[in-house]
Amino acid sequence: MSVLLIAEHDNSNLKVFTLNAISAASKIDADIHVLVAGNKCENVAKEVASVPAVKKVLHSDSPNYENYLAENLTPLIVKLAESYTYIISSANTFGKNFMPRVAALLDTSQISDIIKINSADTFIRPIYAGNAFATVKSNDKKKCVTIRPTSFDPAPTSGGSSSIEKVEPIDIPNVSKFIKREETKTERPELGTARVVISGGRGLQSGENFKLINAIADKLNAAVGASRAAVDAGYISNDHQVGQTGKVVVPDLYIAVGISGAIQHLAGMKESKVIVAINKDGEAPIFSIADYGLEADLFEALPQFLEELNKLNTIQK
Amino acid sequence: MKILVAVKRVIDYNVQVRVKEDGTGVHTDNVKMATNPPDDNAVEEAVKIKESGKAKEVVAVTIGEEKAQETVRKALAVGVDRGIHVKTDSYIEPLGVAKILKKIVEKEKPDLVFMGKQAIDDDCNQTGQMLAAMLGWPQGTFVSKVELKDKIIAVVREIDEGLETVEMNLPAVVTCDLRLNEPRYASLPNIMKAKKKPIEQLIVKDLGVDISNRIEQLKVEEPPKRKGGVKVSSVAELVSKLKNEAKVI
Repeated sequence: MSVLLIAEHDNSNLKVFTLNAISAASKIDADIHVLVAGNKCENVAKEVASVPAVKKVLHSDSPNYENYLAENLTPLIVKLAESYTYIISSANTFGKNFMPRVAALLDTSQISDIIKINSADTFIRPIYAGNAFATVKSNDKKKCVTIRPTSFDPAPTSGGSSSIEKVEPIDIPNVSKFIKREETKTERPELGTARVVISGGRGLQSGENFKLINAIADKLNAAVGASRAAVDAGYISNDHQVGQTGKVVVPDLYIAVGISGAIQHLAGMKESKVIVAINKDGEAPIFSIADYGLEADLFEALPQFLEELNKLNTIQK
Repeated sequence: MKILVAVKRVIDYNVQVRVKEDGTGVHTDNVKMATNPPDDNAVEEAVKIKESGKAKEVVAVTIGEEKAQETVRKALAVGVDRGIHVKTDSYIEPLGVAKILKKIVEKEKPDLVFMGKQAIDDDCNQTGQMLAAMLGWPQGTFVSKVELKDKIIAVVREIDEGLETVEMNLPAVVTCDLRLNEPRYASLPNIMKAKKKPIEQLIVKDLGVDISNRIEQLKVEEPPKRKGGVKVSSVAELVSKLKNEAKVI
């Protein structure tokens, strides 16, 4: 038994980044078991069982696992980890939260946020906001690894029928309590997986002005992102932040509007296939990585952009 | 109440990092260094709690070479009471750092440990969680709001979906997001005063912890360079290129 992969879900549905982690894990070892720990989450267990790359699903159900508090999940993962060589999860706020806790109790040095697998013990991970790539070799017997989801394609989801094994929940430390989660509801695609992302920065000058961004996002079926400056200024909520300490996105098209292009922002978007920059400062660093740069006042350019899009007969969705 | 804040010295966030030609790391000679940015937020929050009368003492700790003391000295200049410098000249992985911090926690017995959620050099995002695990304490990670109640701390966490509120029993570890607060600047008189505040120096090997590194860094290289493309002269040209050349809309 080799890979114990921890699934992320909301007790009803599997979150897609788990599939990216599964596909990365399958490059390390084909023997992948997935832990689905939650509250009344049997549907998620079934969903995971249908993923062909998964050999077995471990399903543990308890109200204590409902909100995936790291303190509550960790004892279960650490116990199960006895029989595995790899403990793997996605490097988003889900995996980043609990994995180091697991690694510490296993006395193993975690390898965070890998973007490439060279061999069973050697990986590439970005450091310094992606300004350098480190090739690292793990000498620990057990390896705790988090996967940068956007660096691996999601695993196919249908056709599999692995067994689902019930795992007894175990005692929790009772030191923390979930109070509430305020999720930003949106009809738009998810930022992390959208084909097109349009982001606004400090140049937008207000939250109100994001309506210019939103109008184009609606037209292109794009997700809306933001620089840290725009989030800090209160123009838009934190879950839109793209960058070193926000989300990493790799869309087919990334449109940066009123974003100067600080290193920390580039870390979150520079792997995008096509980058467009709209900025009135011709010297802005964002232009040095943009495929198409438009030096213009965004308050004039964005309405024109929408107008031009309206003229098109078809737009890819 | 006593608060321990962990701070790390890193390359300043404004510096364009350059990879060494021999692939052994990045250039650090004559490069501007500074406190890891979210560690400044950790210091600020601890000092604010002390100013509100809820904490009696704030202690800052750093692990690193002689010059790492500067980060502690900076914390002292904005209101931290005293410092601890664990001296080492070698790189220590987050697992080893957490083990050292655990020793310091056992000695200092704080009710809260604050630190940044991630260091901007190795981008690991591990130390706070590891320390909490080793101590058997709860953890609040990626925190943008803190509220201290009686024997409980409520934190708002920045998660992918939005915001999450969690309450933890004390003692606890909190890892701070940049949005937690606005770190203050030290005034000149306070910088002078900070020079008189004590910094205790410890030697890492005297602490008796296993800090052996488990990960070998085989190579550090530049990421593939992305070339800038063309400047377009109008929105119409941009849309035309996106449609017909890049074929992405």
